[in-house]
Amino acid sequence: MPVEVGPNFSMSWRHWLGSALFAALALVVAGCGQPPPENGESGGEGREAKEETAESTGGETTGGETTAETTSEETTSEGTTAVDVGGSPELGAAADEYEEYVVEQTALLEKSTKGFTGAVLAGDVEKAKRLYGPAREPWERIEPIAAALGDYDPNIDAREGDVPEEEWRGFHRIEKSLWVRDTTEGQEEYVRQLMEDVTNLREEVETVELEPVDLVTGSVELLNEVSAGKITGEEDRYSHTDLYDINANVEGSEVAFEELKPEVAGEDIALANDVVEGFDEVYEELEQYRRGDGWVSYEKLDEADRRALSQKVDALAEPLSRVGQVLEG
Amino acid sequence: MGGSKKVSRRDLLRVTGAAGAGLVLGAGGHAALRGTADARDAGDKATLLSSLQTVAFHGNHQAGIATAQQEHMHFAALDLVTEDVSEVRELLRAWTGAAARMTEGRPAGDENTSEFLPPDDTGEALGLSPARLTLTFGFGTTLFEKAGEDRFGLSGAMPGALTPLPPLTGDVLDEGRSGGDLCVQACADDPQVAFHAVRNLVRISRGAAVVRWSQLGFGRTASTSKTQKTPRNLMGVKDGTNNIKAEDGELMDRHVWVPGGEGMPWMAGGSYLVARRIRMLIEVWDRVSLGEQETSIGRHKYSGAPIGKKDEFDPVDLGAKDESGEPLIAEDAHVRLARQSEGEKILRRGYSFTDGFDAERGQLDAGLFFICFQRDPRKQFVPLQQRLAANDRLNEYIRHTASALFACPPGAKEGGYVGEGLFGRI
Repeated sequence: MPVEVGPNFSMSWRHWLGSALFAALALVVAGCGQPPPENGESGGEGREAKEETAESTGGETTGGETTAETTSEETTSEGTTAVDVGGSPELGAAADEYEEYVVEQTALLEKSTKGFTGAVLAGDVEKAKRLYGPAREPWERIEPIAAALGDYDPNIDAREGDVPEEEWRGFHRIEKSLWVRDTTEGQEEYVRQLMEDVTNLREEVETVELEPVDLVTGSVELLNEVSAGKITGEEDRYSHTDLYDINANVEGSEVAFEELKPEVAGEDIALANDVVEGFDEVYEELEQYRRGDGWVSYEKLDEADRRALSQKVDALAEPLSRVGQVLEG
Repeated sequence: MGGSKKVSRRDLLRVTGAAGAGLVLGAGGHAALRGTADARDAGDKATLLSSLQTVAFHGNHQAGIATAQQEHMHFAALDLVTEDVSEVRELLRAWTGAAARMTEGRPAGDENTSEFLPPDDTGEALGLSPARLTLTFGFGTTLFEKAGEDRFGLSGAMPGALTPLPPLTGDVLDEGRSGGDLCVQACADDPQVAFHAVRNLVRISRGAAVVRWSQLGFGRTASTSKTQKTPRNLMGVKDGTNNIKAEDGELMDRHVWVPGGEGMPWMAGGSYLVARRIRMLIEVWDRVSLGEQETSIGRHKYSGAPIGKKDEFDPVDLGAKDESGEPLIAEDAHVRLARQSEGEKILRRGYSFTDGFDAERGQLDAGLFFICFQRDPRKQFVPLQQRLAANDRLNEYIRHTASALFACPPGAKEGGYVGEGLFGRI
């Protein structure tokens, strides 16, 4: 469920400077679950996304390792002082709201996965099949954030062939057993690992601090997930439950955008409207495939159907990719 | 820091953005930065030096018709997904602006300065010469009327010459690769320049239009200028020997450009484009004897001369007989049937294509992407193709697999946009 967004942004935002180019690198993990940076002043809460700038080559980094992949303006500091270094309170609040959403979704994921794996352990193939698609939805809403943390993505969501056979586990391994072999037998170890991974993810996400740039890139990445892969039906190749994933990707993208929308509208109302309209168009395209609480098998979509959906997603993702201008001010 | 050169943050971002990867500035970073800047200077110089290689975008006629045919093509047909005529107009305006820039060898949009945004131009043509890029836009029948519906209030402005082509004998048309509301023909002497242009125009159209089909062409199969030699198509024969040449202003006016006072006023100075994707049954053709190949074409394979003649440009004598009284040029030879009556003359501007390998047949998927321009297809392409489709000996070796017809309006004036005559009035 989308978290309630507080739209009480009144101050116009001007000076926030992003901390990193890529969401994966801007992600900040505080404290537990990760080894603290070997730097005294971060005191266990230090940022890991650090960078060198043209003005500060060496010596001035304030904690964490220097990464060659980031080229960024300002070294951000801890949450309490974010405003002092030029952060926008509105965008900061948006990121905080989105953090809550991510936490909420991982809690939902833990619950839904428990239901799914419970059916697998009980040997109830039909029930497990029924719960598989819905169980994955919370994951798909926040996938870029989760994927930026450790090995959760390969462990939870690798498709066959993404990782060496002996390392393959997670949802899709169980999916294959259910649909190809029509059995739950031999899945106990995968179930145990999946629950452990999901629980660890939920715990780790509770400590994550997100930056506005994570919302910007995350919202586009979720649509890229659809464009680059899911549209072909390769994600859920045995169960053909891809529409659960696709719809959840779009929902997650929309939540991230909604958090930023007041700022976007303040900068460029036409852009905000284009994006809103784009989401409407994608939902409208998806609507025809809804059946009760769920979705038709992705096999029901022929090439023309898939192309139409893909083009709607592209039409949305193009203006969405311009939302980053709010980070510039 | 060590470097003596002052680098602004903006410059850094620009360069790192262009390089596609982050750079950490140190001494090494500086070197990399200089390298990129030097490359850019070199690109600018090349652009300057090759200014002769640009083809003016603005003018009475759209470029890419009378232009001496370039070596490469990327053609795209698009369908509109908007129902709002003002969005179509805005698209044409945006396309015109980007097209004018790109044909000058400039990026489609301003150089990117924000690290948080995707660049306005996709970048793959930076530093390349303009390569005589031309961009030619056209309107399909379905822009005016689709399934009996007047989509944009334009049906009253549809020219009769845009009447859909009648079914032609032997057609095996793939509807998904045929037709389209809009088209853009990008031609250039550098395939990457042509690709870049279509890619960026498609990107600009996103939300208003979607690509219906597209075709890459390599190697022109016609010469449209007296300065060009006749090229060979994938059958290995010279193609387009008797084409209209752009230098023949009178022929162009008579057969290619729509005159004022004919049909819809907004098409005056425009031309009609017919595109046909003609798959060659390459493997079959390659097993055909030289004699049969020449008989089918009606010309000698190597010289390109009409059967019984020596030189490519020797006149085609359809009445010539051999010693036994048989016509030298067979009754069903391509040359005989393709011989256009005065009123049928067209400007051919096709390209060879391959879409790689046809997995179903295990054969090459290749042939001729035939393009021609004319004043009225009903009087030119249609009767010509009806005759060929019914009797051409070459039909055994080819299949027409896609077809499209577009009205290419006159050129845009500076400050105007392509199609203004049509969209400016509503």
